[in-house]
Amino acid sequence: MQKASIIVKDVTKKYGNSTALNGLSLEVEHAEIFGLIGPDGAGKTSLFRILTSLLVPDSGMASLEGFDVVKDYREIRKIVGYMPGRFSLYFDLTVQENLEFFATIFGTSIQQNYDLIKDIYSQIEPFKNRKAGKLSGGMKQKLALSCAMIHKPQVLILDEPTTGVDAVSRKEFWEMLKALKKEGITILVSTPYMDEAILCDRVALIQKGRILSIEEPQKIIVQYAHDLYSICTDNMFDLLEDLRNFSKSNSAFRFGDTIHLSVKSGFEKAELVHYLEGKNHEQIEIGKIDPEIEDCFMELMTDENKI
Amino acid sequence: MRNVLFLIQKEFIQIVRDKTMLPIILIIPFVQLIILVYAATFDMKNIDMVVIDMDMSSMSRKLISKFEGSPFFRVNKSTFNLKEANDEMTKDRADLILQIPADFEKDLLTGGKAPVQLLVNAINSTAAGLTNAYSNYVIADFNKNIIAENVNYIAPAHVQMIDVSYRFWYNQSLDYKIYMLSGILVILVTIIGAFLTAINIVREKEMGTIEQINVTPIIKYQFIMGKLIPFWVIALLELAFGLTLGKIMFNVPMLGSLWLLFGFAAVYLLVALGFGLLVSTLASNQQQVMFIIFFFLLTFILMSGIFTPVESMPEWAKHVNIVNPFAYFMRVIRMILLKGSGFSDIAKEFYSLLIYGIILLSLAVWRYRKKV
Repeated sequence: MQKASIIVKDVTKKYGNSTALNGLSLEVEHAEIFGLIGPDGAGKTSLFRILTSLLVPDSGMASLEGFDVVKDYREIRKIVGYMPGRFSLYFDLTVQENLEFFATIFGTSIQQNYDLIKDIYSQIEPFKNRKAGKLSGGMKQKLALSCAMIHKPQVLILDEPTTGVDAVSRKEFWEMLKALKKEGITILVSTPYMDEAILCDRVALIQKGRILSIEEPQKIIVQYAHDLYSICTDNMFDLLEDLRNFSKSNSAFRFGDTIHLSVKSGFEKAELVHYLEGKNHEQIEIGKIDPEIEDCFMELMTDENKI
Repeated sequence: MRNVLFLIQKEFIQIVRDKTMLPIILIIPFVQLIILVYAATFDMKNIDMVVIDMDMSSMSRKLISKFEGSPFFRVNKSTFNLKEANDEMTKDRADLILQIPADFEKDLLTGGKAPVQLLVNAINSTAAGLTNAYSNYVIADFNKNIIAENVNYIAPAHVQMIDVSYRFWYNQSLDYKIYMLSGILVILVTIIGAFLTAINIVREKEMGTIEQINVTPIIKYQFIMGKLIPFWVIALLELAFGLTLGKIMFNVPMLGSLWLLFGFAAVYLLVALGFGLLVSTLASNQQQVMFIIFFFLLTFILMSGIFTPVESMPEWAKHVNIVNPFAYFMRVIRMILLKGSGFSDIAKEFYSLLIYGIILLSLAVWRYRKKV
């Protein structure tokens, strides 16, 4: 019977009066891509820092591959690969020097684990004599991932790895993660992009240091209980407020240039049109849409706030 | 140990690659030695003086020319008006006013007693004391000559005087430069060592690179060693460089063993760098490091005895100097270079600093947290 790869149980962490993690629990299976989604300040980075042995929790326990993050921190540091949210390699060292440095510190060499990072590193190898500080955002991420992977970790923890990276590089990055998963590596990743959440095996929604829901991304969407409409009019400024005051509205959030309105049962489109016209809106467009994961998340967040 | 070597290698790559750091390491000793050694001197030269000669006799002119002939004084102005002379001093154009009253010559030849007045600008009390001493010396010399010239007054052969002859040991010509140079060398290696190490770790914090280092299996003492050794080597090279410059430019004497000097410097640098490391494990950004280091350096340098002898400081200041690493090295470098002291002469300082260094480095290792 094999235990889960990452186990977090009732972990609490406070900074002075503010609570970063509030009795958070989760389990990540072996060779799973587990996504963590939540607003800034939800506690994602604190959780990652606890899992990588950089932070000691106030209470609760956490383990990686059976090693306790507090007691067995030395073992943890051998088996975990961590990519902090900020690019944290040496700007003034070249691509190759950075990789070599981290390889030697972990007591290995580039040659030894070249197979593992080949797909990623081969893309930046043409620039191996360029200083890391002079790389583009996408290349920086690839180098950081290579450095985090160079010691063949069993668990990979990535803190918003694709923030500030162009769309093409993001796609490539996720393909690399899928390839690493096939190698049997457990991957815990946080992301602010909802379209990336879909790519995870399971996602956890985290807010105020607590997990709101852990599901496969598709299931979260299926569970969405309300009908959803996309609405826009000529007066977007007042629209949000007007929609929220509408008697049959559940919640309304701005999504790009439209507003997504979730409605209560018994909603009639004509009734809303009539209501909006009464509020002097023109060019009213209302279309029913399928919920996306972001809608689900917004919904969960508002439910949580009501409690 | 392998890890330490890789850290050191990485550190040296970064130092050599840094386009501003390397020139700083090479240029600072030049500038400090050339400018400070010449500028920070206690030798009084060119004391600006104003003369009020109300007598205008051959005697008074002789006295004035005595002053003019001395290398220390420069007669800038002659006037008959005390107010005008005072104005010169107010405007900071004169440090000394010599007033010779009328009938100076007459009194001197008849009564044998002729007063002159010296007004000294005493804003800087040390300079004022020296000015006063120098002027008195000139006047005393003038007195002696008068006695010699007026043989009919008292025969010089009859004057019984104790002749005190001086010999200044270890610095016979009282060359202030040699004294300053050794002191400046101490400051030089300390600044290079303490600042570079302190800023280095904090920069890793600011850049976030320490985060990546902290998740590696590297052990705390290895990290601290990896940060200590490169700058320890650089500071020792800096000392060698400074000594070479001192030899070439000022022919600084090196009476004692250079091995002993470098051995002592090696221990001293454990303290200086340990201090820098400790500060950088406590501080979270470069500004904090700058302020903390600057505060301690300034206090320690001024108390170290570079300008003023520690012996003349109040008791409490001497006690404070027990924790002032500058004071130890300042004393020892002068003992070794100028006096040729051996190990037994400096053993107490050597062991004190060794213990001090071990304490600071242990504190730095202890304070450096991989976890928060």
